[in-house]
Amino acid sequence: MTAARRERAWAIGILAGLGGLAFLPLVARRDDVLNFVFLILLSITLAQSWNIVAGYAGQVNLGHAAFFGLGALLARSLWIGGTPIVLAMLAGAALATSFALVIGAPAFRLRGAYFAIGTLALGEILRTTVGNVLPEISTLPTATIAGYRLAHRYYVALALAAVSVVTVAALAGSRAGLGMQAIREDEPAAEASGVGALRLKLTALALSTGLAGLAGGLFGYYHISYYPSHAFSPTWTFDALLMTFIGGVGTLHGPVLGAILYIVLKEYLAVRWVDFHLLIFGALFIAIVLLLPGGLVQAAARGRRLFARREV
Amino acid sequence: MSVLAQQLVLGLLIGGLYGLAAAGLSLVFGVMKVLDVAHGELIMLGGYGAFWVVALLGIDPFAALGVVIPLALLGGGLLYSGLFSFVVRADEETRVKNSLLIGFGLALALHALAVQLWTADERSIVTPYGGAVIMVGDLAIPLVRLLSLLLAFLLLGGLHLLLARWRWGKAIRATAEDWQAALLTGIDVRRAYLLAFAIGTALAGAAGTLVSVGYSVSPSIGLEWTLKALIVVVLAGLGSMIGTFVGGLVLGVAEAASAAVFGGPYREVVGLVIFVVVLVVRPRGLFGK
Repeated sequence: MTAARRERAWAIGILAGLGGLAFLPLVARRDDVLNFVFLILLSITLAQSWNIVAGYAGQVNLGHAAFFGLGALLARSLWIGGTPIVLAMLAGAALATSFALVIGAPAFRLRGAYFAIGTLALGEILRTTVGNVLPEISTLPTATIAGYRLAHRYYVALALAAVSVVTVAALAGSRAGLGMQAIREDEPAAEASGVGALRLKLTALALSTGLAGLAGGLFGYYHISYYPSHAFSPTWTFDALLMTFIGGVGTLHGPVLGAILYIVLKEYLAVRWVDFHLLIFGALFIAIVLLLPGGLVQAAARGRRLFARREV
Repeated sequence: MSVLAQQLVLGLLIGGLYGLAAAGLSLVFGVMKVLDVAHGELIMLGGYGAFWVVALLGIDPFAALGVVIPLALLGGGLLYSGLFSFVVRADEETRVKNSLLIGFGLALALHALAVQLWTADERSIVTPYGGAVIMVGDLAIPLVRLLSLLLAFLLLGGLHLLLARWRWGKAIRATAEDWQAALLTGIDVRRAYLLAFAIGTALAGAAGTLVSVGYSVSPSIGLEWTLKALIVVVLAGLGSMIGTFVGGLVLGVAEAASAAVFGGPYREVVGLVIFVVVLVVRPRGLFGK
């Protein structure tokens, strides 16, 4: 099977799995099951959104949380003000993307690790400022709490996860996606062969931050009460980075597998120890960067080759 | 007026610690081209190390430096041998990027470890003279913080001499300048890396000790101190320990001034804004000499 066909098979498989999850609210009436799957779906969207700019275009954006936070902030305010949630989330995504395009051109003057620490600082500036301007906890109006339906959040999350997978699948095989991967491998060489690096990097950033803004909007829709600055916490960036790298950066199914593994282990360990999953995932992440830059996906491919050789 | 002056003095005092915190990061990045974003977590560990040394041995916190610094040297050597020696095998660009990623993994793991070991509470070392204040006119200068500033200056001055005079200090500087040329002249570049990383970690340990005396430590201070160190390195450039110290003082005063103008909560923002602006204006020459 060629790589492209395998990717397509994965895309169909993942979408079929998501389709199957549509029946979950009918079967499982317990809220904790839905909450758990909701977290996985939100994480898939977040990881895929980061994967577009970092995995395909090779630009490690450490300020990703800022776009998640902007989406959450605007979508939640509009929704509480009476705007339908889908429109509110789209507005949040538009805000995140606009901000990305404003900072994009100067930020992409930075290469490699400098882009990473520059965006990290940018994210912290936004988080501190939002924390100062909006220090109060944001709680839904009582009438809205009375009408709160977890299933609504669940279906929005399911739809978003599907959108993120379709977006990455469509991008990976497209001309633009191939150009982004060329930039990731060798930017000067890509430019020399006619790839417009800045334009494609901005495209990747716009797509990535738009999805992150949508995921943020979902987060704002999900929580009954939260601190607005929490959605800007660098934790969102680090989670996305860990899930994507552990699964397999720059692949379609890697971030999905990474998100499932991450949330399952995180929730399992959280019962007994606070933040213990970060100790395991931090160590696992170091091992992956050093030994297995392709993550679980690469490990599986190696395993397959090993078996294929044995059979001969 | 005197309120502003008082804030500026306090800014100057913490600025010395910013300089000390940045010195280790600057040394490691300058020599090895390794961007260790877990530097703040090393400072955090140094703070807890000092806390335990003081609690167990019952000695003065400033004397605890005599225990923490050798321990941190050793810890840094182990961390280099076990982890970062694998990173320096790659070419320069990959090195910076991989070290950044590995630093992140390390930072997350150390933070989680510290939460397990010591809970998320803030701690600081209490001394009998902790509340002592020296009055200069209207200005109140906390004794502990003044001593910290002096110690930071002495440590960086000592390091400056070490790098200038000591045989291996010269080897470290030569490696920072051009590691291939250094290799050709017979310098053991790997050992220079090991020494630079161990010294960088020792500086983090010293900074952590002073932070836990004059201020406080908790498992989550790492990212904040890493960012402070990065800002100072961007301000001061690489290569001069005294320059790094001055860069730290500038950041401390700039924070105090902005807190006075825009209000306390914004003191964290000014340094980050300086950082981003300098980065974007000098994307290549950054971290230059």
